[in-house]
Amino acid sequence: MILDRTFLLKIAVGLALFALAAFSAFSLDNYQLQVGTSLAMLAVLCYAWNLVGGYMGYPSLATITFFGIGAYTDGIVQNLDQAIGVAWLAAAIAGAAIALLLGAALLRLKGHYFAIGTIATLEVAREIANNWDALTGGAIGLNIPIQMGSPEFVGRFFFLVMLALAVAAFLVTVVVDRTRFGFGLRCIRQNEQAASMVGIDVVRYKVAAFVLSGALSAAAGGVYASMVAYIEPKDAFNLVKTIEIPVMVMLGGMGTIFGPLIGSAFYVVLNEFVWANFINWHSGILGLIIVGVIYFLPGGVLGTRWPSAKGRMPMRARAAQPRTTA
Amino acid sequence: MAEPILELRNVTRTFGGVRATDDVSLAFMPGEIVGLIGPNGAGKTTLVNLISGFLPVSSGEIRYEGRSIVRQAPHQIARAGIARTFQIVQPFAQMTVLENVMAGSIFAGALGLKAARAKAVEALEFVRLAPFMDMPASELALANRKRLELAKSLAMNPRVLMLDEVNAGLNSSEITEALGMIRAIAERGITIIVIEHLIRVVAELAERAVVLHHGAVLSEGPVDSVLKDPRVVEAYLGNRFARRFAG
Repeated sequence: MILDRTFLLKIAVGLALFALAAFSAFSLDNYQLQVGTSLAMLAVLCYAWNLVGGYMGYPSLATITFFGIGAYTDGIVQNLDQAIGVAWLAAAIAGAAIALLLGAALLRLKGHYFAIGTIATLEVAREIANNWDALTGGAIGLNIPIQMGSPEFVGRFFFLVMLALAVAAFLVTVVVDRTRFGFGLRCIRQNEQAASMVGIDVVRYKVAAFVLSGALSAAAGGVYASMVAYIEPKDAFNLVKTIEIPVMVMLGGMGTIFGPLIGSAFYVVLNEFVWANFINWHSGILGLIIVGVIYFLPGGVLGTRWPSAKGRMPMRARAAQPRTTA
Repeated sequence: MAEPILELRNVTRTFGGVRATDDVSLAFMPGEIVGLIGPNGAGKTTLVNLISGFLPVSSGEIRYEGRSIVRQAPHQIARAGIARTFQIVQPFAQMTVLENVMAGSIFAGALGLKAARAKAVEALEFVRLAPFMDMPASELALANRKRLELAKSLAMNPRVLMLDEVNAGLNSSEITEALGMIRAIAERGITIIVIEHLIRVVAELAERAVVLHHGAVLSEGPVDSVLKDPRVVEAYLGNRFARRFAG
């Protein structure tokens, strides 16, 4: 690992932010806890996506496939009278295992083809959840045992768990960013052929990143399912969500350690604001804002050279170029 | 006699009905410089792709240090010590020059990050790119990108180095400089296979030349005699010239 002083400072800032959030848990009201929990969950999903989409440059739309798989695994395992921690672990393992199988096949595709292939996993997973009544409860959905305790206690509990998961995702990203694994992923993003020529086991690296990403997403799904205590196919395998995740990371900055956090925070704040003020036009306005932001800040909040953030066209071309896969 | 470090036995590769590599048998000795020449489309790059594991052979065997490598993946072959440069340079465009070379020393050279950095700096000094170390690779001019490829391959600590048209697009003085570097690399005991269609480069550099034509070995031997071989002249210039040349 290469750790220079700036990078150590960044890690410290990140951890301090998370610690601050954890302490604030005891002074937040229920609504704030709910927003905080969904923010932490989105941050986990964004960090998970960032490994594959950001560092490795594979535009995955399978994040929510693994999220849903985690949610269902959690529900099924909890309904077998297992402890909640066991169910979460099972969710992460299921996500990793399925990512291993899917990754071995899907990662042969590149660019748009890969994106379409990963969307297909979501559609297939939703249909399976819809039709395998015995296991998933089908379209009716699956009830999951509710956690006992006052609403404040339960709200705080899930907030802290989701936050802990976000810290884990952040630390995974920190390690990936500074080790030969992350270095290899960056090489793969830029030129896969050249990467194998310098001795990188391209297939194994790609699958490993996909598995890591799948495990994180599924863990988030597991915690989510325990929290809401009821899941159904169209909620667990939501197409819009799987597209929102990459959008958030792009807002924040792809292939960086803070991009996913900033992106998801920005998005949640935006979402809450637009939702509160323009309830009828909510989706449309949010869409326009996203298009605008991506147009003017193609590298995300972190990938932008702020002093020259006006006359954008040449920078847009440059910042957009490295993100495409060969 | 010494054992060859790299040996091709009856290697054939077909694309549909076309035999891009046709029953090629060759042996390369440690530390020698061999020119691999032939007209456009003769199958030179295909042969490099076969050796580096990029393309599977249709039949035949490739042996490196006495072991068959035809079933190995490109990254395994690279780690074992066979490096190549690409005809069309392939830098990691968003990385700095140093990081590009470090990729070679980290993965193929199997070094830790610190040692990899030292090795990369050494390779960059060798190809005289050290002053550009922190520049993005995408900003290098063509001649320097070719050197970057060379440095990246060197950092991999290879025993066999295949240089695919490493001089194409360079001007005369740049070529002279590149030739000096290639000779210095060979002096370290690295086997060098120079893939060229510039006869001048091969004539000045190599002790031995192999001429490919339509995928098959047309002529092989000391550079002087190969270049005078009427079959070679014919392949390059057409048979009317060949007759005049011989007559």
